[in-house]
Amino acid sequence: MAESTAHKLVVADRLSRRYGRLQAVCDVSFTLDKGEVLGFLGPNGAGKSTTMQMLCGCLAPTEGGIRINGVDLLEDPLAAKRQIGFLPEQPPLYAELTVDEYLRYSARLRRVARSRLGAAVATVKERCGLTDSGRRLIGNLSKGYQQRVGIAQAIVHSPPVVILDEPTVGLDPIQIREIRDLIRTLGNDHGVILSTHILPEVQMTCNRVQIIHRGKLVFSDSIDNLNRQTQADSLLLALRNKPAVTELEAVDDVSEVETLPDGRFRIRFVPDRSPADRLVTLSVEHNWGLTELTPENRTLEQIFIMLTHADQSGEATT
Amino acid sequence: MSLLIAGRELRSLFIPPLAWSILGVVQGILAWVYLVQLDNFITLQARLSTLEGAPGVTDMIVMPLFSLLGILLLLVMPLITMRLISEERRNKTLPLFLSSPAPVKDIVIGKFLAVLGFVGVMLALLILMSLAMALGTSLDYGQVAAGLLGLFLMLAAFAAIGLYISCLTQHPTVAAVVTFGVLFMLWIVNWATQAGAETDTALRWLSIVQHQESFYRGLVDTADIFYYLLIIGLFLLLSVRRLDAERLQT
Repeated sequence: MAESTAHKLVVADRLSRRYGRLQAVCDVSFTLDKGEVLGFLGPNGAGKSTTMQMLCGCLAPTEGGIRINGVDLLEDPLAAKRQIGFLPEQPPLYAELTVDEYLRYSARLRRVARSRLGAAVATVKERCGLTDSGRRLIGNLSKGYQQRVGIAQAIVHSPPVVILDEPTVGLDPIQIREIRDLIRTLGNDHGVILSTHILPEVQMTCNRVQIIHRGKLVFSDSIDNLNRQTQADSLLLALRNKPAVTELEAVDDVSEVETLPDGRFRIRFVPDRSPADRLVTLSVEHNWGLTELTPENRTLEQIFIMLTHADQSGEATT
Repeated sequence: MSLLIAGRELRSLFIPPLAWSILGVVQGILAWVYLVQLDNFITLQARLSTLEGAPGVTDMIVMPLFSLLGILLLLVMPLITMRLISEERRNKTLPLFLSSPAPVKDIVIGKFLAVLGFVGVMLALLILMSLAMALGTSLDYGQVAAGLLGLFLMLAAFAAIGLYISCLTQHPTVAAVVTFGVLFMLWIVNWATQAGAETDTALRWLSIVQHQESFYRGLVDTADIFYYLLIIGLFLLLSVRRLDAERLQT
């Protein structure tokens, strides 16, 4: 274990956290490599924020250990925290300071040398699109810009590990896209951990994903494998000249046909064997008048149900 | 690191008008009392000059100002210390410190130094006002220095208590009310001893004003200094422990 994890940026080992009698996080282990963007996905209250807070030293784990870049966070917190940049769920901003003052202050807190202060602040402002906002009061900025200042604060000292807790909450779609681009570029030279409850966000920004549900890791794999999990096992089909349901059921690999209230069909099929091309061919042959054929991706909720259900049945059989 | 935090805190203290209005109001009251005392002294001067060992200008005018500032700050200090930690907690800015490579003691000391900075400004104004007397008469500078030291120590003790109480809550007003209550109790705790004379020395020792009087007479007693340093040290330590506990529970 020790050898294989020596070069990892973050090693979380069997983390648990209890608040009184509430078990918020239970036995969560994972690692982060350089150049990786790791997404923590989970519904609200799943234990994402608790895990993030433990990783950056704001909260002591009830059990388990954390190593940041080879330094034990619990034994040598100051050295370990030098390696971290953290954006909490609510950005820790002082409304009465200007952006420049705040970023200089955060940089000094994170031990950026005085001589490199100006350059560090200028770089981070450029990366986060704050170049023109340096002299504005943080309290007067819009939510999106405040979020950018929050991210800037987390990366001003260019730490090896950047931890972002729900970085796109409360932003408009354009800002969300900008922040996602920023996170992807951060992934080039930092290790990034981000938490979110939005499935597409993970699919767009991360290359590895962990799903946390009720304090437990229920899924931990590459983003490709997640995409395989979310892949459809059903198609939505709309036809102008509707055939009988039995005709559709007769198609190869179709396991179930459901007629929806709006006249469309939901075609369930055997996993990984989509009958889409066969349906198109049949439609042309029988002049069904195909108007719509959409694969139905699973929603996050369905994946949770699937994963947690699989987990329980797995436990039951062992 | 704590100087950095102190600097930021002082900035935040002086950006809203609270600190300025406190300085203005306190200075106004001091000026009024200064003039009243001066007037009294001039009226009494003829009679005092006939007495052996009569109180001088320092006793009659400067020291009353010092003790008045002490009383005023008993009321005002809670307003200055109330938001130190509670507002950080309320605005969720504590993670900025907690995720930074800054030990908790630096945060506490930084905040404490910021309040001392504010107290310093206030004392500087008081001293300037007192020294204005030197233009017309001679002051007992030793007594002024002793009074200043005593007042400074007492205000530092107020600040440490206020800082700790601010760690306990996320509502600044609650912190202010509780701080005021605690300071006032420490102020009047020796009232219970008056009837019993010398017997209740523990209560007498606990009283925060009791240790001021000798300073105002120009007497610097290490026991009094020790008392204030003990209070300051105790409450700073408690603050550090309280913030450390933040990490452990909730």
